[in-house]
Amino acid sequence: MGLETELPDIPILTTTVEQVVQWARRSAIWPVTFGLACCAIEMMAMSCGRYDVARFGAEVFRGSPRQADLMIVAGRLSRKMAPALRRIYDQMPEPKWVISMGACASVGGVFDNYSIVQGVDQIVPVDVYVPGCPPRPESLIYGIVQLQRKIAKQKLA
Amino acid sequence: MDANALAAVLGEALPGVAVEAVPSVDLQSTLYVQPDDVVRVLAVLRDRAELKFEVLAEMTAADYWPREPRFEVIYLLISVQNRLRLRLKVRLPGEDPHVPTATGLWASANWLEREIWDMFGIAFDGHPDPRRLLMPEDWEGFPARKDYPVQIQMTAKSSSATQVTEEEFRANLMKDRLVRK
Repeated sequence: MGLETELPDIPILTTTVEQVVQWARRSAIWPVTFGLACCAIEMMAMSCGRYDVARFGAEVFRGSPRQADLMIVAGRLSRKMAPALRRIYDQMPEPKWVISMGACASVGGVFDNYSIVQGVDQIVPVDVYVPGCPPRPESLIYGIVQLQRKIAKQKLA
Repeated sequence: MDANALAAVLGEALPGVAVEAVPSVDLQSTLYVQPDDVVRVLAVLRDRAELKFEVLAEMTAADYWPREPRFEVIYLLISVQNRLRLRLKVRLPGEDPHVPTATGLWASANWLEREIWDMFGIAFDGHPDPRRLLMPEDWEGFPARKDYPVQIQMTAKSSSATQVTEEEFRANLMKDRLVRK
């Protein structure tokens, strides 16, 4: 049918550039080291041995936003912190994705008050919302897998 | 030394200053003084040998809205060598509440007073750095006041990325190189 069947002796695989690029992107999502509250503890647990997000290629938390693909907003975002969060997001190179982790980051959670941003989607575009207070590490891993599925379907511009 | 004994010592040290001892439910001495006297009273409490309240453990405020006088500023003092604790309070009106600063006596009062200004809008006369401490600099209102709308609805602000032209970028690079040399 393709080159594989025409040339069976040569180890060869045909695919499209788009599929290879998106496979590479989704298989090594590097999150930026950025935690706001108790959700960050679950995020750290996710990256450690017991839950081991390395199985999904997303364990390399980068200290610099310049090297990161993913921002996990882990915790409640105060209005004073919002410009700093936006700045870190702006410093990340394209393509980049955002996971809103937990009730507080998604909708404000229990903090229905003046000082907390009622949903980080007011500040940065969010790809995946992970519910929970805080979400268990499995939930966040599921969120990352959902993001991988989303990346797999994205088209190169 | 209970509140009445402390009031007596203060009355002896500062004649003419009104010191009001109030019964306390938690066995900790509580005194009220007038706003204009508070720095003199604090200085005596800190320096007098039988008192020596040398630690300003905490400063806070309370809003008793709609009561008038509306605010109270509370100084929590500890005397290490005399093993005493004291709660010193000042009543303030709801209209233009202000009290002299204690930063001349304790440097630690600086941020405590900034926090009270930030949260309650109580001004500290003579404060060296009267900015907000917790809330953003451009915040309006004082969130810990009883009549403040806690579940306030407003859009979140965030900065946008700095946009520079290519010429500005080059100029910045050159400036940086000159500085590093």
